[in-house]
Amino acid sequence: MHRVDLFPTHEYQGLKLRQGRPYPFGATVVGNMVNFSVYSRYATDCTLVLFHNREEKPFVEIPFFKEFRLGNVFSMIVFDLDYENIEYGFRMDGPFQPQEGHRFDKSKILLDPYAKLIVGRDVWGKQPNWDSIYPYRARVVFDDFDWENDLPLETPVNDLIVYEMHVRNFTCGAAAGVKHRGTFAGISEKIPYLLELGVNCVELMPVHEFDEFENSRISPVDGRQLYNLWGYSNVGFFAPKAAYASSGKFSMQVDELKTLVKRLHANGIEVILDVVFNHTAEGNEQGPYISYRGIDNKTYYMLTPDGYYFNFSGCGNTLNCNNPNVRDMIVESLRYWVTDYHIDGFRFDLAAILGRDQNGNPMSNPPLLESLAHDPILGKTKLIAEAWDAGGLYQVGSFPSWGRWAEWNGKFRDSIRRFLKSDPEVLADVKERIIGSPDLYASQGRGIKASVNFVTAHDGFTLMDLVSYNNKHNEANGEENRDGENHNNSWNCGCEGETNDPNINRLRHQQVKNAISLLMVSQGIPMVLSGDEMGNSQLGNNNAYCQDNEIAWLDWNNLEKNADIFCFFKRIIKFRRLHKVLRYEDHLRHRDYRNLGYPDFSWHGVKAWQPESGYNNLTAAFMLNGQYADDNGLPDDFIYVAMNMHWEMHGFELPQLPQKCAWHIFANTGMVAPEDIFEPGEEPILDNQHEVLVGPRSIIILVGRG
Amino acid sequence: MIMKIKTYQLGKELDSFNYQQVQDAILAILENGDNVVLDMTACNYVSSTGLRVLLYSKKVAASKDLMLYLVGISEEVQDIMNVTGFDSFFDAFSTVEECLSAINN
Repeated sequence: MHRVDLFPTHEYQGLKLRQGRPYPFGATVVGNMVNFSVYSRYATDCTLVLFHNREEKPFVEIPFFKEFRLGNVFSMIVFDLDYENIEYGFRMDGPFQPQEGHRFDKSKILLDPYAKLIVGRDVWGKQPNWDSIYPYRARVVFDDFDWENDLPLETPVNDLIVYEMHVRNFTCGAAAGVKHRGTFAGISEKIPYLLELGVNCVELMPVHEFDEFENSRISPVDGRQLYNLWGYSNVGFFAPKAAYASSGKFSMQVDELKTLVKRLHANGIEVILDVVFNHTAEGNEQGPYISYRGIDNKTYYMLTPDGYYFNFSGCGNTLNCNNPNVRDMIVESLRYWVTDYHIDGFRFDLAAILGRDQNGNPMSNPPLLESLAHDPILGKTKLIAEAWDAGGLYQVGSFPSWGRWAEWNGKFRDSIRRFLKSDPEVLADVKERIIGSPDLYASQGRGIKASVNFVTAHDGFTLMDLVSYNNKHNEANGEENRDGENHNNSWNCGCEGETNDPNINRLRHQQVKNAISLLMVSQGIPMVLSGDEMGNSQLGNNNAYCQDNEIAWLDWNNLEKNADIFCFFKRIIKFRRLHKVLRYEDHLRHRDYRNLGYPDFSWHGVKAWQPESGYNNLTAAFMLNGQYADDNGLPDDFIYVAMNMHWEMHGFELPQLPQKCAWHIFANTGMVAPEDIFEPGEEPILDNQHEVLVGPRSIIILVGRG
Repeated sequence: MIMKIKTYQLGKELDSFNYQQVQDAILAILENGDNVVLDMTACNYVSSTGLRVLLYSKKVAASKDLMLYLVGISEEVQDIMNVTGFDSFFDAFSTVEECLSAINN
């Protein structure tokens, strides 16, 4: 049976055409036809502009005939295009009345908001033609990747160990030892390393197309070119960053990223994308026309009553997320990444903006967030909010969740950091963080799985810098050290920056181990910043968004230099993965509700069962009862953690274990390698089963088993 | 049983300009019930469409219980095939002779 609608009805300059299908938006290949469809509520006219690859001038501009419009959608089928040799854009006609929110300009050629392959920035840092009439160009994608049996892994949220990483920073360093440095393929080459480290989820900082030259300038400190390295500035929400693919020069970034996901999945590693739906790369009134501004400014952006751009993102404009059409675009984008790229989850940058209405006011039930929470295709996709924005909205603990959304727990970061530097005011808060922040998440029934715990993330100091610098040192960013967070809760251990003092360096290593210990024995989803496992430093730069050089690139030589840190990370990650009792989904009850002889969780002090006993709020201990965390009928071990953030040693009385069980020592951050941590499962038995001495600023982790 | 094998030589490039011709030629060999040895020695670029021609041909071959081997893949092409994941679907050899001797053994 043949279709009867495969025949052209129109012809324009030798090209055969017919009425298109309004849905889906974007360019879709159907046999020998390409369907082009674009929405604009306020445009009066639209033209499809076609180029041969990389040619500066278009070879044809096809008007959308009257019969090619339905509602506010322009759609057209073009027959017999050599789709691999086509770049397309649109011209939109309509009013230019900025005070009304309209900025149509038919002299501009515009990128399709639904473009799935964007060329024009194909090789990182290669100067484009700045005079091009159409710098970012949409191409047509043939979406027939052969996934074989792959699907998103659906790892239980509470089992995740997230590794936050940047495509370039991870393997650009000279010592990375990969063939395809700074690319998706480079990450593929490092999969054995990720497996050795033990993480089971990578969270990629933005991989949507962006312009590394945005706000490019020269560093006043060393004269180097500064780039938009991090990419929190979208050009397109459906297309991967071409220059992140080693095959980007051949426009094969789609296949390269999909291959990376497929290979990670084959190794049990999930992929979360950091997505930036709060603004675009078009900036404010002075910014360029790339797409949205010229396609339908009033639809895509939040505008003040007199037509200026609201700036809740701190980046010049704010995407109009709760306009129904923009909402649809965001939902479509996320569905596309899950359907076509098998992405396992998303971390939403400045997600509080997604809950603001079209005038910028926070809503109680934001329709976009509700749609995402209930979306059928995203039904098992991890949704993680950075629950604040640059407009002052801070929603940690109150982000609208419908039981689906997790949050970056900024309070975990702040409290743990303060505790690490012996702040006596923070213990009560630290205790909440360790047990999965019930103060934030229990009352709404969101459970421990709502809390993504971290001590460091891309914003701010690396872990090594957190213990090496009191103050940020961002002069190389060219903003006179004004940029970047000022409240870091960091402590340099006695000397600002690098030092040869062995005592200070030893303490820094110890503090790094304290931090990762607290992260890995806390309930919630731990997130590790890439490079922390090898003691990566950014020389005190706590906002390295523009440092596309060895400041931000991981120095893989550190793997050897800080071998004790890497070993500690590997073992404590493995320890967490072996012990279900560290990975509860729901909050603990602090009671022996199954009459097993011990409560599921108990706080202790320097005296067992007396949490109030201790020194000036700088000591605490807790015990997890593994019988409450059985795995297929096999109970887990007891785990006891003693924390001493005082600068003096303290003895901790140990809770008595059931008969035939004994305390074994897994980690003692006060010791130097190899006595600091043992291979999980091979922990030596403690000589003294009644008391353990915990050194200054040290954490001891014990395992109780038969 | 001796396998029936035909060798087909690719030119310098396989892309959207010549893919149809190559696709037709390979399918004709498979239609005839022969296995294919694709000699890529001269080829230094395979585009996205070209990669799809190779994989499609391989899948057609498999559906007919036939084989398609790649021979003499240049480093450039091997790189593209590796980073885009296409290499995992193919058996590849350095030379036609090596391929034929492997098949016959």
